[in-house]
Amino acid sequence: MLEIDVKKKLRDFDLDVSLNVPEGEILMLVGENGCGKSTLLNMVAGLLSPDSGEITLAGEPLFDSSLRINLSPEMRNIGYVFQNYALFPHLSVYENVAFGLRTRRLSRQKIEVKVKEQLEVFDLWGMRDAKAVNISGGQKQRTALARALAIEPRLLLLDEPLSALDIRRQAEMRKELRILIRNFGVPSIVVTHDLRDVVSIGDRVFLLEEGKVIHSGLAEEVFNAKPLTGAVMPTRTRTTRLARPATPRSS
Amino acid sequence: MVSSQFERRFGWRRIKEEGISGVRRRALKVGLALLLVLAAAFIALPVASLFIKSASGMAFQSLRDPVVTDALTLSLFTATITVVIVIILGTPLSYLNARFDYPGKEIADSLIELPVIMPPMVGGIALLMAFGRMGVLGQHLHAGGVNIAFTTVAVVVAQVFVSMPFYLRQARISFEDVDLVFENAARTLGASRTRVFFTVTLPIATNGLISGAIMAFARALGEFGATIMFAGNFQGRTQTMPLAIYTAMQGDLKISLCLALILVAFSFAIIALVKILTRRMYKNDVRN
Repeated sequence: MLEIDVKKKLRDFDLDVSLNVPEGEILMLVGENGCGKSTLLNMVAGLLSPDSGEITLAGEPLFDSSLRINLSPEMRNIGYVFQNYALFPHLSVYENVAFGLRTRRLSRQKIEVKVKEQLEVFDLWGMRDAKAVNISGGQKQRTALARALAIEPRLLLLDEPLSALDIRRQAEMRKELRILIRNFGVPSIVVTHDLRDVVSIGDRVFLLEEGKVIHSGLAEEVFNAKPLTGAVMPTRTRTTRLARPATPRSS
Repeated sequence: MVSSQFERRFGWRRIKEEGISGVRRRALKVGLALLLVLAAAFIALPVASLFIKSASGMAFQSLRDPVVTDALTLSLFTATITVVIVIILGTPLSYLNARFDYPGKEIADSLIELPVIMPPMVGGIALLMAFGRMGVLGQHLHAGGVNIAFTTVAVVVAQVFVSMPFYLRQARISFEDVDLVFENAARTLGASRTRVFFTVTLPIATNGLISGAIMAFARALGEFGATIMFAGNFQGRTQTMPLAIYTAMQGDLKISLCLALILVAFSFAIIALVKILTRRMYKNDVRN
């Protein structure tokens, strides 16, 4: 179980979020660009510090302002898939996946076995020697996921995991992604601004606006959510985006 | 109607206008081409003359002259030591400047750039005032039995002084170009800050750092003013190639020409290396 209750002063507004994610649940975090979604992920990962509050994972505090606890990112054991995947450009697919294992001082044999296993699960074994900059968008996404899962994280964070893919790949990956994350069985937070992702990947959804949660509910009911006045049902050609709830539609 | 349309498309005015602009454009092209040829010739002619004069004067025979071999050995030795020092000191310093803010950063930045702007002779006097036998720090060193001025160490100190900024500037840019997201990703995967630096940041910035080091090497190799002021001009000890060229000019021109040719060859190789490296760097950027 991941429990978050944090506050942070941002340039345009104050972020103030309180939420929890039980074991095995996929929480979808939805909101317009700049609403604080990525900031929240970075705070959970330890890359940014909240001004105050607590972040607890499986009972262990990762951040606690009153106790002055702030674990560094490398101590948190959290799998993070960044928006543009952030694959190390100077390393091969194999070395990208092995990176996290090498920091754990595992034996060479153990690392080889684990990396091979991950690469086979993600269908990347055939291109293990390719430089991470030279592979397709879908392969990059799978490499990033394999790299994040190889360290057997206690929590999984995915920032817009499908946005860098073309539309056809997005549809395929939505189904795959849910199965992959589900099988892994750790609490997960997926940031997106595409409501189709919410319905097909998530269990629950939180809508964020200017740093505050304005709606929470089941993922499949996201289209009935009151703040979504301008949301359009998904179609094949159009990306559904979250409308600003406060603004009435001009048409 | 038809005639006005015709006139608009093929009228005298248009033909006239196009004629004038066409002539102008051609004149501009010819002018620019001429300028380019002149500029290229201005650089190429002296270099070519160096080769022509050396070939006719058999300058290559001087390759075995002790003045040449001493200067060449000393220059390569000191410039190499200089680059090693510059890399060891400059790499962490430029990473610090690229990634962190600290009080007095702007002053530090200006100080770093100062040796580039400062005439090398002035740098030499400044070094003498600091590390010379009577210098601010030098008098204490002298009391302790350590003399820097007019030794090979002084050559290295002078070279570090003038070439360090070239490396610092390039290294800082290279570090700034490494997207923070790679470092963040590495940290979430369990790497400490030190490990991130050595396994992610440094390898991604490598090409830029190497080209910075090459520039510093080139600057060290060509260093004259600060060296002659601070280290003097003693063959085999402080007489580097530029100093030997200057000294030999008063006696044997062949030696000067021979040394000059060696330096020109180095310069060509350095330019080629930097070009190859920066092109590779650019390719990486595009792919990312």
